[in-house]
Amino acid sequence: MNGGAPLLEVRDLARHYIVSRGLFKRKDLVRALDGVSFSLREGRTLAVVGESGCGKSTLARQITMIERPTSGSVLLDGNDVAHADGAERKKFRPRVQMVFQNPYASLNPRKTVAALLEEPLAINGVSSRSARREAGLAMLGKVGLRHEHYRRYPHMFSGGQRQRIAVARALMLNPRLVVADEPVSALDVSIQAQVLNLLMDLQQDMGIAYLFISHNLQVVRHIADDVLVMYFGRAVEYAPKDEIFTRPAHPYTRALLASTPSLSALRRRARTTLSGELPSPLDPPSGCAFHTRCPHVVGRCRIEIPPLSTFRGIRVACHRVAELNP
Amino acid sequence: MSLLDIAGLTVKFGTDADPFIAVDDVDLAIDEGEIVGIVGESGSGKTVMALSLLGLIDFPGRVTARRMNFAGHDLRGIGNRERREVVGKDIAMIFQDPLSSLDPCYTVAHQLMEALAVHGTPRERASRAARRARALELLQQVEIPDAEARLNAYPHQLSGGMAQRVMIAMAISCQPRLLIADEPTTALDVTVQAQVLDLLLRLQRERAMALVLITHDLAIVAETVHRVIVMYAGQQMETGPLPEVFETPAHPYTQALLAALPENNRDHARLRAIPGVVPGAHDRPTGCLLSPRCRYAVARCHRQELGLMGPPGRGARCHFRLDAQGHPTGNWQAERSAGAAVPT
Repeated sequence: MNGGAPLLEVRDLARHYIVSRGLFKRKDLVRALDGVSFSLREGRTLAVVGESGCGKSTLARQITMIERPTSGSVLLDGNDVAHADGAERKKFRPRVQMVFQNPYASLNPRKTVAALLEEPLAINGVSSRSARREAGLAMLGKVGLRHEHYRRYPHMFSGGQRQRIAVARALMLNPRLVVADEPVSALDVSIQAQVLNLLMDLQQDMGIAYLFISHNLQVVRHIADDVLVMYFGRAVEYAPKDEIFTRPAHPYTRALLASTPSLSALRRRARTTLSGELPSPLDPPSGCAFHTRCPHVVGRCRIEIPPLSTFRGIRVACHRVAELNP
Repeated sequence: MSLLDIAGLTVKFGTDADPFIAVDDVDLAIDEGEIVGIVGESGSGKTVMALSLLGLIDFPGRVTARRMNFAGHDLRGIGNRERREVVGKDIAMIFQDPLSSLDPCYTVAHQLMEALAVHGTPRERASRAARRARALELLQQVEIPDAEARLNAYPHQLSGGMAQRVMIAMAISCQPRLLIADEPTTALDVTVQAQVLDLLLRLQRERAMALVLITHDLAIVAETVHRVIVMYAGQQMETGPLPEVFETPAHPYTQALLAALPENNRDHARLRAIPGVVPGAHDRPTGCLLSPRCRYAVARCHRQELGLMGPPGRGARCHFRLDAQGHPTGNWQAERSAGAAVPT
């Protein structure tokens, strides 16, 4: 988390959506992302974890420049792309690429692997056909597929191979940052391990940084350097991986860890699980958003939103963090 | 006698000339109150197996078995009328995606009361009010907050976790003796998953139901079941009690699956992945189905198939069953060096 200029720096990023609840009803504001800050250096992996609806994917859409944030900044190599004009954002887009969760949906079934891999090059001004083909074939080898696969269509591949193609496509423009949104959750255990190995090999070879979005803490523990735990559009804990997994400070992080099934236990479940579910984004709770489910809630939690502040070198957003971590 | 006793269950699709065997000669015995896990990757035949128990495999699928008994009923060639007596009442099932299993056009109460009108007590069958009261009680049993109001909710008004609770309420409404849960928590968030698993286990304990838990998640199996069946490409590769199977796997597939989990690779930079993919319908190898991906495979494995071997209740489908240290036994060393000596 320190040393070296960050490749990506996100400051107080927010994205609010206006939603209509019906023709004559009033419009509502959903704070899908509400003030998130972090930084990511070259060749490192930041995992973003949290349950569905916590703003993980909204965060990905801001960083990949698919949307413009409501407020806050996204600094890529020191340039604020959130407030840049269209032409400049276009210039930066090749540096940030994305891999999606479901390789059955993210690859166009009517395009061959060749077309899928060469399209980003064609769009970004590589006019020579042979240069595109050469780059495509080279990338195919890098992700562990063979030359004869180049003219095939996505349906001719297994899930793991498709995800390899999706990774290859994301890497065609030599991005500095790859945003991977649940890249292995749709894959079987044996295939998941292959794809995770591939992602880590590519990171070593090419020095790519990953923003790795996942709900699977076992996978995160393997691949991440730092972890950002999100709840209801806000960061609740931001710390190096080892801190998160050995000394989770925030009650929500602890609950996530306790809920994650584990082999090592090999015992009957005997643990206190979190009660309730994520509150409705249209009707956000007052104060700390986690107070409706937190076992350590006190009066103050219901009134005041805890800021993300430094506690023993890590960042935690909890009023009672000092009491809970004696 | 076991509650469910199945031997040689086979499910085939396709033509007789070129059949696709989705489930291949599987034996399964489940006692009252037992929790059995069925694990395997996608395409391993877990779900097809469960559906065949309920008689839900339609033509052109064909289900055959040497023995298929459930609580005194022979499920083979059972008539529709008799099957209705059993399925939905004594055997119930919950599915992976609760929101697509519920009918979007009817309220929760309507869907809960439907089964009670067929399988409920005489009083429930006669009185709508009694059915509604029972539906409310069921929602309370599955810990749905504000159950009274949820009775009139439509499925789209429920979250994934709530919808799965409604599915569970529906499944237990007729006091089943066997509950089959097919990936019941895969679509849910991890904290909700833990809640739903706890609920299932509590209900299983209170009612002494037998529970079949189908999942691809080895950790969930490790935490919940008494006995496990590991499936691969339609065959059972290994079966036995937990934690024994996960502590000392007898089959190389179980061993490799466990080794591929991030959790078991804390000290390794790279995960110990299993090479290759699960064979599809038309590229099943000869001999042992795992042989192209197995690190121990020798010539015999590629040639000769075999059934589940070993002591009753602790079978493994391998020529060279692994020992307690995880090494292949039998003639493996000799056959391995013999194979190495032959130039290929």
